[in-house]
Amino acid sequence: MTKVVERKPLSLLERTYLPSVVGGLQVTWKHFARSLLHGKPVTMEYPEEKWVVPEGYRGAPYLVKDQEGDTKCVSCQLCEFICPPKAIRITPPGPDGAPADRANAEKMPREFEINMLRCIFCGLCQEVCPEEAIFLQRDYSLTGTSREQLVYNKEKLLALGGVHGGIQKWKHKLEEAREQEAFPVNQE
Amino acid sequence: MDAIYYLHPTTQFVLFSLVKIVLAFGITLTFVAYAVLAERKISAWIQDRVGPNRAAPFIVNYLPFIGPALVRLGIFQPMADGLKFLLKEDFTPAYVRKVYFWLAPALTAVPAFMTMAVIPFGSTMGNPNNPMVIADLNVGVLYTFGIVSLGVYGIVLAGYASNSKYPFLGGIRSSAQMISYEIAMGMSVIAVFMVIGDLNLSKVVAYQGGGIHHWMVFKQPLAFFIFLVAAFAETNRLPFDLPESESELVGGYHTEYSSMKFALFFMGEYANMIAASAMMVTLFFGGWTFPWGGGAAASLWGGLAHIACFIAKMLVLMVVFIWVRWMFPRFRYDQLMDLGWRRFIPLAFANILITALVLAALNH
Repeated sequence: MTKVVERKPLSLLERTYLPSVVGGLQVTWKHFARSLLHGKPVTMEYPEEKWVVPEGYRGAPYLVKDQEGDTKCVSCQLCEFICPPKAIRITPPGPDGAPADRANAEKMPREFEINMLRCIFCGLCQEVCPEEAIFLQRDYSLTGTSREQLVYNKEKLLALGGVHGGIQKWKHKLEEAREQEAFPVNQE
Repeated sequence: MDAIYYLHPTTQFVLFSLVKIVLAFGITLTFVAYAVLAERKISAWIQDRVGPNRAAPFIVNYLPFIGPALVRLGIFQPMADGLKFLLKEDFTPAYVRKVYFWLAPALTAVPAFMTMAVIPFGSTMGNPNNPMVIADLNVGVLYTFGIVSLGVYGIVLAGYASNSKYPFLGGIRSSAQMISYEIAMGMSVIAVFMVIGDLNLSKVVAYQGGGIHHWMVFKQPLAFFIFLVAAFAETNRLPFDLPESESELVGGYHTEYSSMKFALFFMGEYANMIAASAMMVTLFFGGWTFPWGGGAAASLWGGLAHIACFIAKMLVLMVVFIWVRWMFPRFRYDQLMDLGWRRFIPLAFANILITALVLAALNH
């Protein structure tokens, strides 16, 4: 259905532009007063003020520790293989490397490097990790004065990642599998 | 100091004039720099932004509380801007017409500063023989209009010399715009001078000296309105910034300019704004006189107070210039011409006629 918008011809007063001038002055004055006299302007002054990102934001990937403070990573290198921009490089401990922090783990990486200049924050490493050892966390602004500074090593990644004791991926996987089993399939 | 008064009158005149020229020039340049800052800050506030607040020279560290506050206000930004303009590469594109390309910025900036010469920016500094005006011409306003008209040559020349399409369009627009609005502007002040009966700007100020109710803005509001709008058009300010219109002509006539040559155009534009504000203060707002009236100052401090009064009035008008910028969309070219030729010029004529009739009636 067509709706005809009625366009009234401008009155003499309106044609002098004066009402719109006054209206314009009011609008600009309101904004001027708002940002100068009370309240803040909209601008966020970035390096000093930063956005608080929501929970679950996918920022930079860091390694996490378990509830005992041990390295969770077992150097399986799945993340290294799946990483699309090839940002992760893992050096395995080798046959005579140091034993893992955790009692029930076979090994842990000797070195774990993520090149944050390459990383695209895609989250595939987190997705693929069987040990829940790497998580995309809420940091989104990584800066450095050289390329080398932005290659984060194992020590730095663990320090930044913190402890993630509560997440139990295998338990959830098991629950998911049971749900799949219990799902009523339409049988003939 | 008194030794000056024993010199030959001509020598005295030259000395005083030199001092006044240097002072007026220096103060105008400072105002240009800080008008740019005011423009950026006020624009920012109107748009809910913060504006320049980062430029901080090392001296700020030695000022405990004032320093950071000044930085927040961007007080040091004009210095940083100036330094940047000075240090930037002065690039001349290969395809420009070199002589005119170099001449145009100077032709824009010089007339803008020259209009300051006839504007009485203060009464006296205690010595009645030494009025605070560089050239007390009896054809003051004619001189101003003559000089202001020269400003358009710089812009047209820049458009021609750049040898490129956007500056060319900007130049064409400015020639049409500035010439048509100059007529309206000139017509509007005729009514003012019919009332006052003198072209000398000092006499204009003296006529309005009796206080706020003597100001021409209340006796000739229509003339003031036309003059104000024409001043916006003459100084290429929004809503009449067709010669530069960033969004459609890139930068208009100064597209091809960079570094100090661009800075000269910029300074010219702001100096024009200052000159237009000063003209409006002189013609319509009583010049240096206080709102409660009073004659020429008898002491140095009185003279300084008059100058401060003049500058304060000028600053208010400058803020209006900046404020209005964020109110209107830009006029279309034909609307601009229509407004100039078919509205303001007839209005100005009508104003002259009415003023003449009223004056004739009063004199009988």
